[in-house]
Amino acid sequence: MGANTSLLLQDEEISEIQKETGFSKKQIVRLYSRFTSLDKSSTGALGVEDFLRIPELAINPLRDMIVNAFFFESEDGERVNFRHFVQVLARFRPIKKNKPHPLNRPRDKLRFAFGMYDLNRDGFITKNELLSILNMMVGSHIHADQLDRIATRTIAESDMNGDGKISFDEFCHVSQLYTANRKV
Amino acid sequence: MKPLTVLPIFTVIVATKFVEVTGSDLSTNETGHRYYVASFNWSHVQAPFTIALWILLASAAKMGFQMSKRLVSIFPDSSLLIVLGLLVGLVLYLVRLDKSIFHLNSEVFFLFLLPPIVFEAGYFMPSRAFFDNFGTILVYAVIGTIWNSVTIGFSLYAVSLTGLFRVSPPFLHSMLFSSLISAVDPIAVLVVFEEIHVNQILYISVFGESLLNDAVSVVLYNIFSSFSRIGQENIISLDIVAGLLSFFVVGLGGVFIGLLWSFIVSFTTRWTSHVPILEPLFVFTMGYCAYMTAEMFHLSGILAIVFCGIAMKEYVEGNISKDSQTTVQYFMRMLSSSCETVIFMFLGMSTVSTKHQWDTAFVALTIFFCLVYRTIGVVLQTFIVNKFRVTKLNTVDQFIMAYGGLRGAIAYGLVVALDEKLIPAKQIFVTATIVMIYFTVFLQGMTIKPLVNFLKVKRQEQREKTMHEQMTERLLDHVCSGVEDICGLRGHHSIRDNCFIQQFIDINSHRYEYYNTKYLKPLLMRDAPKSVNTDIIDLFKKIDLKEAMDHWTAHGSFDMIASASSLSALIRSYAEGKSK
Repeated sequence: MGANTSLLLQDEEISEIQKETGFSKKQIVRLYSRFTSLDKSSTGALGVEDFLRIPELAINPLRDMIVNAFFFESEDGERVNFRHFVQVLARFRPIKKNKPHPLNRPRDKLRFAFGMYDLNRDGFITKNELLSILNMMVGSHIHADQLDRIATRTIAESDMNGDGKISFDEFCHVSQLYTANRKV
Repeated sequence: MKPLTVLPIFTVIVATKFVEVTGSDLSTNETGHRYYVASFNWSHVQAPFTIALWILLASAAKMGFQMSKRLVSIFPDSSLLIVLGLLVGLVLYLVRLDKSIFHLNSEVFFLFLLPPIVFEAGYFMPSRAFFDNFGTILVYAVIGTIWNSVTIGFSLYAVSLTGLFRVSPPFLHSMLFSSLISAVDPIAVLVVFEEIHVNQILYISVFGESLLNDAVSVVLYNIFSSFSRIGQENIISLDIVAGLLSFFVVGLGGVFIGLLWSFIVSFTTRWTSHVPILEPLFVFTMGYCAYMTAEMFHLSGILAIVFCGIAMKEYVEGNISKDSQTTVQYFMRMLSSSCETVIFMFLGMSTVSTKHQWDTAFVALTIFFCLVYRTIGVVLQTFIVNKFRVTKLNTVDQFIMAYGGLRGAIAYGLVVALDEKLIPAKQIFVTATIVMIYFTVFLQGMTIKPLVNFLKVKRQEQREKTMHEQMTERLLDHVCSGVEDICGLRGHHSIRDNCFIQQFIDINSHRYEYYNTKYLKPLLMRDAPKSVNTDIIDLFKKIDLKEAMDHWTAHGSFDMIASASSLSALIRSYAEGKSK
């Protein structure tokens, strides 16, 4: 692959990323070559349009959300550098026995899933947020009325203090019923 | 093809008196032809009538078994059918019927009885689980079968050199026998599995292995039987290379033909909306065509029809009407279960009808080797496979896999097809195979259920999913696949088992998913649905209904239910629920 760009990955940088994320060196190198191949403008950072160019993503109903996840917490919110790219990806590593890593502990994974739902980042999942996600996933095939009731239902299931929204703790509690750790 | 001709007993007695009068006319007087009001002509309807009577007898017997709850809970179905076959065989034997008559001939088996069984298995394969664990299944099916064949073959040959057996078959014949005895057929196990809901990974491993393993066994069998025909002394290294090559050609060729036909079926069903009555017909005939086409070119028919079933399902189900779907599913199950029934009955009958050559050492050692090598094979492969899997297969799973290796119809069909002129030890092989089948079906088939209970095999969870869970699961599915696309590499972060084969499969299945949605579905389906997650909606309906019932029982009215359209549905289904 074309890792022959002007931005070569330095060894010390690799080891730093290794510490941060727990990826192996080989994985990081592979990710880097992928990163550079996505980086059409060769600026060492990816923009939204770089992500949207990936053909397989086109059929993913949640593509906008996924792409946005990379830009949340990034320095300027416009571009993502490699370091940050890897950090986001690190949440998806399978957990090795007895070696929990700060980025992909079960709670962090839940935090990630929660962040997916929580579109405006206010720490709560509201009914409207659920609705917009349902709309993406289920599409326009069913009645808005029915979607509405599904969302209401879902909130009711996990809402314990009755404020009509789901906080992160409530979210964790519901998710504890099944292991989210295995899913992500 | 010589038809199956077995007469029910009463007609036997009658027929023997009328033998000279069956035929074109019944005149025994010399005055020439006379018109007879009624005549008796058995030979005219012999073949179809006997086949119908067989199926009838077997089905009636099955119905009888099901009436007795205790019997069914102890014995697997297959063993009961074998016993029935034995009894019928004995009766026919005592009536002194020609023995060749009630004998399953291999052509009938491979052309008519086998295809429905494997087609059904392929069609109802939970395809997602199948491809998620495809690497593991492939290892077990291909490497495991080769391992079993080779080790059993070598061991038997080694023992035969010591002169322990009455006949010492040459090396190739031992290999031939071992390849057919390796054909594991866990139909009986699956029935047990379905009943007690073992976890899906174990289920799909056993299921997938049994399907692909049949195909691998048949391929090996064909290689060794043609080697035997060439003769051991004439085999040159080129033949061996050709044999290895043919192994892949036969397997992949079969898969290719299956996929080809599945596309033809899918494409055809696009245009059948105005003749819904023909829809099931297309599905069945084209599936059968896949099998026949593969057999025509001497490729693996089993693989062809299995993959045809797997690949067509998504498109066909989307195209055909609800009624046709039900018909297809029902007819498929019916056909395959009647074929199974007939096979097991014939197995019982053949025990009586074949000329047996009993060789205690050979039989005992065959059973011993089969058990030992299957166990060793499973343990070794699991060790390797677990290195790559995120969800490991534990010891209990391994034990069940090793223990669940029942032999069945395929092994029997293959051994009967052996050519006696070519293989002098055929009778010994047949006897050993039948004993092996009996041993595994009865002993292991009967004990596997208590064992599964005793070992506390992880069960498939039976609880209802919550809305939240369903949604988050879906969400995370999409997210995972999206992230995988972004990374451009597979399997580092998903729950799939990722050995190298699996990675290849995963990458391609993902690509396939993309092309499927983009090109295939629009081409093969009437109205390609966008990726709809109907399960969310289904689940919601279920929960909604339950709530409504609870509400009804609590309050006795539907004050809070929003829309009137669902109200009538609710009341209707509630009434149905009540009447159950």
